[in-house]
Amino acid sequence: GKRTRLEGKGERERMNGGLLRAVRLGSRTGVARATSQWGYRGLSVSAPRCDDVHRVTLMPGDGIGPEIVSSVMGVFQAAKVPVEWSIHRPADGESTFKMDDALMSIARNQVCLKGPLHTKIGKTGDLSRNHVIRRSLNMFANVVPIKSRKGIPSRYDNVDFVIIRENTEGEYSGYEQHVTPGVVQSFKTITEWASLRIANYAFEYAVRNNRKKVTAIHKANIQKISDGEFLKACRAVAEKFPQIEYNEMIVDNMCMQLIMNPHQFEILLTPNLYGSISTNCGISLVGGPGVVPSATFGTRGDAIFEPGGRHVGYDIAGRDLANPLGMLFASVEMLRHLKLDQKANLIENSIDAVLSTGSKKSLTCDLGGNAKTSDFTEALIRRISESL
Amino acid sequence: MQGAMWQAVRAARAGRSYGTRAAIPATLIMGDGIGPEISEAVMKIFSHAGANIDWEPVEVTAQPPDEGRLLPPAIYESFNRTKIGLKGPLGTPIGKGHMSLNLAIRKEFDLYANVRPAISLPGVETIPYRGVDVVVIRENTEGEYSGIEHQVVPGVAQSIKLITRKASLRIAKFAFDFALQNDRKTVTAVHKANVMKKSDGLFLECCDEVSACYPKGINFRKETIDNVCLWLTQSPEKLDLMVLPNLYGDIVSDLCSGLVGGLGLTPSGNFGDEAAMFEAVHGTAPDIAGQDKANPTALLLSGVMMLRHLGMTREGN
Repeated sequence: GKRTRLEGKGERERMNGGLLRAVRLGSRTGVARATSQWGYRGLSVSAPRCDDVHRVTLMPGDGIGPEIVSSVMGVFQAAKVPVEWSIHRPADGESTFKMDDALMSIARNQVCLKGPLHTKIGKTGDLSRNHVIRRSLNMFANVVPIKSRKGIPSRYDNVDFVIIRENTEGEYSGYEQHVTPGVVQSFKTITEWASLRIANYAFEYAVRNNRKKVTAIHKANIQKISDGEFLKACRAVAEKFPQIEYNEMIVDNMCMQLIMNPHQFEILLTPNLYGSISTNCGISLVGGPGVVPSATFGTRGDAIFEPGGRHVGYDIAGRDLANPLGMLFASVEMLRHLKLDQKANLIENSIDAVLSTGSKKSLTCDLGGNAKTSDFTEALIRRISESL
Repeated sequence: MQGAMWQAVRAARAGRSYGTRAAIPATLIMGDGIGPEISEAVMKIFSHAGANIDWEPVEVTAQPPDEGRLLPPAIYESFNRTKIGLKGPLGTPIGKGHMSLNLAIRKEFDLYANVRPAISLPGVETIPYRGVDVVVIRENTEGEYSGIEHQVVPGVAQSIKLITRKASLRIAKFAFDFALQNDRKTVTAVHKANVMKKSDGLFLECCDEVSACYPKGINFRKETIDNVCLWLTQSPEKLDLMVLPNLYGDIVSDLCSGLVGGLGLTPSGNFGDEAAMFEAVHGTAPDIAGQDKANPTALLLSGVMMLRHLGMTREGN
């Protein structure tokens, strides 16, 4: 059976092997079984810490990722945040070992701060690393808060809604085939259980966060069966939450409404692709991709925090121009998730204070200012040190 | 309503006064909801402007399944002969089990290119966007709208997106020809090939091949749908002419309509190799139908596109 190959090896290797195999196979139940059965947190690869320090997986990513991540690391150090980083850099096209290590680390620590990972464009090529992470660890709910913030210039004021996007299936199923030369089919899969899962998540989120309305986004006039399945699930869940208003909107109308009247939305509940589109429309309403955070949650309670736009920014990488706000706000969300609210408030209030100076020196170039990434980070660190 | 329709047609025919050119026959689909009233307005305006169009009104409703074809025979008879049409909004029922009538018309007559210019109109307030000038060219026959869907097992639905070399080459060529004829400097192919590597990858490959055949004066670039949505909402001046597969085109063209004031103000043309149908893309608005409230601008601007396509530039302008 499974044990025989690992006989003679130590407890740690057997346990790691089981988890590793489950992760490589993309087996969600296997991951759940491996980590719960062996009491994984207690038997972690490194010695467990007994001093309330949270171990967090950190993936700097590509492009502007390393710069904005180092900004966060500097800020956390200044704010004396009790977090220990477990850094992983699974490069595209390399062997799977580094990705396996990263996945094991996230499965073990259950919290990850992640920079953008680039996916090459080409007819063949490895599966997107982002997709491998989400599918292996069943990270099904991507939550992007779109909120106007004082001090950040944008075309609209007082925008405040949340996009909750199903992150594991839909158009991103990855099944494509050449039918005959010159004809390609791509399969979009929508399942009842994944749709029910995300709809439940969205309505429970609405109740927890005092939101009054959920809008389901679809294209069921054209894709009657697949998006019809999604809508059926949303309607079934909506009936269980009569206190939350529920309506539906076709995706092209939603894009238009986001521009013409973004204040009508509270929660947008979307399948995968429409979520990506609505996120990108939404983030530019409140300042752009450099500013918005996002969080992705899995069925086991894992959480991955990253900038909302997920843009790699190769055109500005390495030039100290990137806006670290998206990553900083994501790290603040992470601290709240870890129940480190005091530190989260410290950092967030310091960011607000730096932004409220209103000077061009406190905004990076994407927001019309002339601050470099390092300038902004230093200003923030100074502010935090003064507050401590 | 029937009587009023025919009265309008007779009035339009009677308005024909310029003898220099024979009247050009054009199929007119008035549509549902506000369709008839805005069509009447357009016919009146055209006759006063001296646009010599011989309208042939055709009513389009979904035929029962045993007829074999979704569209009525009258539309085939008229449009196959005139090759030019102006169409009001047709209602698409959700979940009725048959294809959208708008989609059916495009498929039946192989109107493979949908052109939606989004240009800010002077005098229309669309704060915070000004000076928008983009054109969206969308592949109209395949992609996610192939209509191939099934339930694999109860609770698992699959929808198939079809991308073919033939259709992608055709739409790319149309886009570059349009750019040449209309002085557009940059053609942007929009895709999601980082996720859908083979299908959108094929689309991009075809656009690449076609771009090599056109003069260097037209810039060609490729951008993901995410970046394009971001740019359109942040700084639409970064974009000029976009060529997209079906679904992305649908979404982006409506997004661009929002930038210039809504669907009530944007024209649209569907082009095939032989025929062209110009349409208003807004809905049927049954709540304001018959109340003299509807805005005919979209249908009117589509009619202007039609006149320019027919070479009646003076009347169009």
